[in-house]
Amino acid sequence: MNTYYMKRLVSMIITLWLIITGTFFLMHSVPGSPFNEERRTNEAVQKNLEAYYNLDKPLLVQYGNYLKQLVQGDLGPSIKKSSQTVNDMLGRGFPVSFELGFYTLLVAIISGIALGVIASLRHNGFIDYLAMSIAVIGISIPNFVMATLLIQQLAVNFPIFPVATWQSPKHMVLPILALATGPMAIIARLTRSSMLEVLTQDYIKTAKAKGLSPVKIVFKHALRNALLPVVTVLGSLAASILTGTFVIEKIFAIPGMGKYFVDSINNRDYPVIMGTTIFYSAILIFMLLLVDFAYGILDPRIKLNKREAK
Amino acid sequence: MELRKQENVNISPEIPDEWFVRKNQNINDAEAVVRPSLSYWKDSWHRLLKNKLAMAGLFFLILLALFAIFGPIVSPHTVEKQTLLDQNIPPSSKYWFGTDDLGRDVFTRTAYGARISLFVGLMAALIDFIIGVTYGGIAGYKGGRVDNLMMRFVEILYGLPYLLVVILVMVVIGPGLTTIILALSITGWVGMARIVRGQVLQIKNYEFVLASKTFGTKTSRIIRKNLLPNTMGPIIVQMTLTIPSAIFAEAFLSFIGLGIQAPHASWGVMANDGLSTILSGYWWRLFFPTLFISLTMFAFNVLGDGLQDALDPKLRR
Amino acid sequence: MEKILQVKDLHVSFSTYGGEVKAVRGVSFDLHKGETLAIVGESGCGKSVTSQSIMKLIPNPPGKITGGEILFKNQDLIKLKEPAMRKIRGANISMIFQDPMTALNPTLTIGDQIMEGIKQHEHLSNDQAKRVALEMLNLVGIPNPEIRLKQYPHQFSGGMRQRIVIAMALVCRPDVLIADEPTTALDVTIQAQILDLFRDIQKKTGVSIILITHDLGVVAQVADRIAVMYAGRIVEIGSRREIFYNPQHPYTQGLLQSVPRLDMEKAELIPIPGTPPDLFLPPVGCAFAARCPYAMEVCERVYPFQTQLTNQHAVDCWLQDERAKQLVSKI
Repeated sequence: MNTYYMKRLVSMIITLWLIITGTFFLMHSVPGSPFNEERRTNEAVQKNLEAYYNLDKPLLVQYGNYLKQLVQGDLGPSIKKSSQTVNDMLGRGFPVSFELGFYTLLVAIISGIALGVIASLRHNGFIDYLAMSIAVIGISIPNFVMATLLIQQLAVNFPIFPVATWQSPKHMVLPILALATGPMAIIARLTRSSMLEVLTQDYIKTAKAKGLSPVKIVFKHALRNALLPVVTVLGSLAASILTGTFVIEKIFAIPGMGKYFVDSINNRDYPVIMGTTIFYSAILIFMLLLVDFAYGILDPRIKLNKREAK
Repeated sequence: MELRKQENVNISPEIPDEWFVRKNQNINDAEAVVRPSLSYWKDSWHRLLKNKLAMAGLFFLILLALFAIFGPIVSPHTVEKQTLLDQNIPPSSKYWFGTDDLGRDVFTRTAYGARISLFVGLMAALIDFIIGVTYGGIAGYKGGRVDNLMMRFVEILYGLPYLLVVILVMVVIGPGLTTIILALSITGWVGMARIVRGQVLQIKNYEFVLASKTFGTKTSRIIRKNLLPNTMGPIIVQMTLTIPSAIFAEAFLSFIGLGIQAPHASWGVMANDGLSTILSGYWWRLFFPTLFISLTMFAFNVLGDGLQDALDPKLRR
Repeated sequence: MEKILQVKDLHVSFSTYGGEVKAVRGVSFDLHKGETLAIVGESGCGKSVTSQSIMKLIPNPPGKITGGEILFKNQDLIKLKEPAMRKIRGANISMIFQDPMTALNPTLTIGDQIMEGIKQHEHLSNDQAKRVALEMLNLVGIPNPEIRLKQYPHQFSGGMRQRIVIAMALVCRPDVLIADEPTTALDVTIQAQILDLFRDIQKKTGVSIILITHDLGVVAQVADRIAVMYAGRIVEIGSRREIFYNPQHPYTQGLLQSVPRLDMEKAELIPIPGTPPDLFLPPVGCAFAARCPYAMEVCERVYPFQTQLTNQHAVDCWLQDERAKQLVSKI
């Protein structure tokens, strides 16, 4: 592993630590104890509960304990569902959410790039306008609106797909479509403008002057360069897909992480909110690293600069 | 000339002799610029006017603003009033957009939601503008270590997932209109700051700015006369694109129960309430708020695209 | 001498938002085997459009070849369909663009970029293609070609990149090489090296070169013949000697006076006053008339006929008419 990736790893850990610290103190700055709602039990029980969850100790001690737990991979208990830990919830929810997020990203990337490339090759033609109209509409319709629209049309009016839950590939179609539309539209627009830019470059003219076929010019020479800016937004797109899973899982009653997260927000279950936030952040930071990696593979100039920086 | 071998006498018979007279040349005429030049803003405005989609977006937004201002006034119903006998009534002459399960008027609530959405969008854009332009402007203009430090901070904020941060802040400070705007502003300005800083950094080194520096022009005048007009384009575009993302964020938060609370109405709240109606067939309760969210976002997006094309001809596709 | 390429009365137009721009308005010239023909003129005179028309690389829309013939080995390239044209590009006629920094694809190795041309046209195996590529890199003077083949463009200097671009263009041993301002983006010392390289390559391969440039210094070093373009037309064409020592068109004379020369007695540069005409509405007569110190009534009314002065030297100018000569001698 070269120094560049070591550096990246260190900065990743620092960012994650900042997020953990920020989240921890933010969550503990909420006035009052999570147990002092009216319907809760008497004072003695409350004291017991606070002692059980270490809430009676000074904040810094709690923070230290929490960090120690995290290092051991323990994200803590749930306050509201006493028999469960955050790890339990994530263990159950993450595989489902991962499936949803992964397929969504895949669909968004493939269809977005395809749409963008086709639009750029038919620049200012009918197909271009059509593709870009689809893209603007896709960006404009919020994912939860898209989800309700799809359910109404393709599950209720024309019962082609099931209304909700996550059991078979057929169940996956609507949630993935609803979640992928926005990112797909963004990728399509970016790919198109980036392709148009690249297609005016001198090396494309050179490739044409060599007598290469249009297919070769597009796929070998143009696309790879055009994808560089697309790769850079993948990190933030992954973030938006991730937050999108909150509503999509809620609407489609999918038992994923997002559903636990939204439930924990509504229950004010702070350890769960904290644990899931940190887990989400870790995933996103990891995604950013992957994006960096992909960028290095696509653009040979990056690698050299890093080696020179050594 | 004598070096040249002249083989045959060179005369074109069809050209009359009298055309072979000297012309008095006024070469300066040849240098006159023929096409009129338009100022940057006028030129941009003309380009925007020609963009039909962007103009349609602008037109819709004007209508929406009128709807938000006068809708609740014109309507005979109020936002919160529950008419228990009139539950789930389809659109009619009495209830233009129908009523919901508590007998509240959907038209009035949609208009009220328009107020909330536009207010959130405009406030978020305004706060982003103030913080982002100041921060980015200082970082870009100062440059060097100050810039480095300021941008390091921005990079950290930029790396955080926007909605996740907003959700956390909302959890801590509790739901409500003011807190939504506050939460959106905490990380929202970062994009603006990056754009302004990039622009300032670039323009600062343009020759015309260097030229006015060498003439001893005051810093404030350079900022006013050179930097501001040249950064205004990207700033305006960024603001138009901030508004729909803020509107989306509000709807999203209200949808997951963190935003505007009952009995107030926002499009996100109404969409959430209406979710259950997919199966019951009370389509209007879901249709109107979602239609308005989508149309509003669409209008802002096409207007933003149009402005981008109009203000930055280099990027014109 | 064998004519490898004949351009006859070529017309090219671009449709823009302001109307049709007639960028090339009846250009004719021949290119002989093994010679270097320079096309000289100010920017916007149509010299690059002419060269791109020969390759049929005019972006369409907005550009369009509206008339004329381009005969290469007795077939009219203008009538050729795109797939057939693709077989000629790179294989028979190659082109080099102005800026070597942008002419190479930054994400592909130079070996890949050099070899893809031969692979496209000659269906060689990878090993054979690699051998040809190495040969080419040797020809253009790149040391350590084995290692260099695997490197990316950003690992080369500007001059080196231009050598690679030249190697890329020559890899299929084309009959014609079109070089569009090949030295403009380079340092002066590198310029001289690249021009030397052109001469060297021509000697070794016998390729015919069309050199597009605005730099008369470059022309003086390498051109056998020179065509001077102004406002979409060739106004004078002749051998290097004829153009440099016996220029007939006032525009050619003006160009030569505006360039510093070591053999000039008084080091005074005389610029040509005015700017080229707007090609939205090209003048009916001679386009240079508005800037010409010898302009006559006739110049504005009718475009001058071509006068053949020697078997190589021809000029489009009314001053060649006997009646004009009397006018000049009267003064």
